[in-house]
Amino acid sequence: MLWSTLLLALREIRRNVLRSFLTMLGIVIGVAAVITMVTLGKGATQAIADQVSSLGSNLLIVRPGQRLGPGATSAAPPFKMADVIAIQEQVPLVRSIAPTVTRGMTIVAGARNWSTTVTGSTNAWFGTGNWQLAAGREFSEAEERGGQAVCVIGETVRRELFGGQDPLGLSIRVKGFSCEVIGLLVSKGQSAFGSDQDDTVVMPLKTAQRRITGSQDISALRISVQDEAAIDQAKRQITLLLRERRNITDNEDDNFSVLDTRQITETLSSTTKVMTTLLGAVAAVSLLVGGIGIMNIMLVSVTERTREIGIRLAIGALEREVLLQFLIEAVVLSSLGGIIGIMLATAASIGLAAVMQLPYLFDPAINLLSFLFSAAIGVLFGYFPARRAAQLDPIDALRHE
Amino acid sequence: MSENHEPAIMRSNQTSIPLIEFSQVTKYYGSGTAGFQALRGVDLSINEGDFVAIMGPSGSGKSTAMNILGCLDTPTSGSYLFQGVPVEQLDRNQRALLRRTYLGFVFQGFNLLARTTAQENVELPLLYRGEKRSARHQAAQAALKSVGLDGFAHHTPAELSGGQQQRVAIARAIVTRPQVLLADEPTGNLDSLTSHEIMQLLTSLNHELGITVVMVTHEPDMAEYARRVIHFRDGQVERLQHNGGHD
Ligand SMILES: Nc1ncnc2c1ncn2[C@@H]1O[C@H](COP(=O)(O)OP(=O)(O)O)[C@@H](O)[C@H]1O
Ligand SMILES: [Mg+2]
Repeated sequence: MLWSTLLLALREIRRNVLRSFLTMLGIVIGVAAVITMVTLGKGATQAIADQVSSLGSNLLIVRPGQRLGPGATSAAPPFKMADVIAIQEQVPLVRSIAPTVTRGMTIVAGARNWSTTVTGSTNAWFGTGNWQLAAGREFSEAEERGGQAVCVIGETVRRELFGGQDPLGLSIRVKGFSCEVIGLLVSKGQSAFGSDQDDTVVMPLKTAQRRITGSQDISALRISVQDEAAIDQAKRQITLLLRERRNITDNEDDNFSVLDTRQITETLSSTTKVMTTLLGAVAAVSLLVGGIGIMNIMLVSVTERTREIGIRLAIGALEREVLLQFLIEAVVLSSLGGIIGIMLATAASIGLAAVMQLPYLFDPAINLLSFLFSAAIGVLFGYFPARRAAQLDPIDALRHE
Repeated sequence: MSENHEPAIMRSNQTSIPLIEFSQVTKYYGSGTAGFQALRGVDLSINEGDFVAIMGPSGSGKSTAMNILGCLDTPTSGSYLFQGVPVEQLDRNQRALLRRTYLGFVFQGFNLLARTTAQENVELPLLYRGEKRSARHQAAQAALKSVGLDGFAHHTPAELSGGQQQRVAIARAIVTRPQVLLADEPTGNLDSLTSHEIMQLLTSLNHELGITVVMVTHEPDMAEYARRVIHFRDGQVERLQHNGGHD
């Protein structure tokens, strides 16, 4: 009985392919929108998480000034090497600490030049930033201590300056001095903020201070914490220590900021979340509209098929059997819409993820949920028309033209 | 006018309770002064195996009586016993069950499902009885054969003549082996030759399968086939007529 009712419903839907399709369209779009939003949202969140963790694990970034932006304000003095040593000695939760100075500048190799970011730091920079070397080596102790003219370059810099050439042992010119390339970083791609992380040149801190900035100042500290659970504690201890060292009184605000990567993740993914919620709401409304569309067509169908219903009732169909027939028809219609929506969403998600350079993460839960939801819409919005059909008076229905 | 006949008395070989028994059945359509009294106290009784024709002028309440007989409608007052069961006390669902179990319907307008084959139309009542696919198939084939439509199982109503459509409708009505076949003007839309063929078919179903047949007609030719004729006028039974030479 159930099986033949199902076949009957499918036949009714096939009889009016175009109308059935248009009826389903609301559900199709709703389901496709929901799934695509959630899938892309997940992909975006994942991408952010990946990128932030590629900044470095359990990373704290300490800068002078109070804003997450480049450079310090005039009121905020830079850090000195003594600060670095103090943190290293007094905060045991710190695993390693990379003092950095950064400058944007143009570098030259042969006939080519390229504008990039030059960073001066220690070997700790590689560990705190999760950088691997594709070729060559890190700085030797002598190079660090002596501030020698050596550098490690990122993939983008290599491509722009050296093309297909092996850069190791070659030289680049930075602000009038020649610097030997001793290492090449493994490519990381874009950062969470959209900048190219591979567009970088690193040299020993002393080299940069002596030959580029001309001072002992340190513009930022990249600190790797022992483990994730200790991040908050480490942050507190570092803050206290720096306040003390920078002579900040109790009623004054910090003139430096300690940022952790988790915070960055949260900031970025909260934006994504808002977007997903907003678009999800739009999708939900479209599902509702789809449901109303189904109800409308089912009511039309009941009217059109009044005579058929009369025949069925007259020859002994029970009320609930007629109800079931129309309910199943509505559910088949909406579920079919759901299935088409899922297929559309899969195609759209894969396509959009590729365009937006996000990972495509298939989420079975949201697909299943959407399918069940679309079926539920069929039940919800099909019930009223189905009940109307079931409660028809067989004599009136038979007389209906 | 002969009121308050006791129709049962007219049956010579009366044995058990009648299959169908109306006593003082009335039907009032609508309400108040706008309403209409379609039946004004109908008494009638039909035994198993009978072949009854209901005749009368248009608007005399024949279809109303048939609808009540077929448990599609309920009387406003009076009582209707089907096999001794008071139908007016049954709810909608129970009446549907009674219809699907004991009754077969043939309508003036055939009332077949459009775009649906003869075979599927005939199988329909079996579907609601929950019969298995193969059983449905066999029974429908047999029913189609018994109405002389062997080769037409896969034709849709649009591909059949009026007479053939009415045969499909009869096959659908008898496929469940009902006790009573109710036919409201079954030949109303057919030409005279085809009408006689349909009447012969009903007669043979009555004779050979023992199905009780109750039929409304306004054509005396057709009423000839019945054993008894009940004449309606103004919502009442006007007189009963016994056709000789059939028993
Ligand atoms: N549903 C209804 N509502 C109101 N009046 C009705 C309805 N059905 C039938 N009637 C009236 O009842 C009377 C008897 O109708 P009916 O039983 O169909 O007559 P017949 O079949 O003998 O021609 C007619 O006058 C008809 O107009
Ligand atoms: Mg009539």
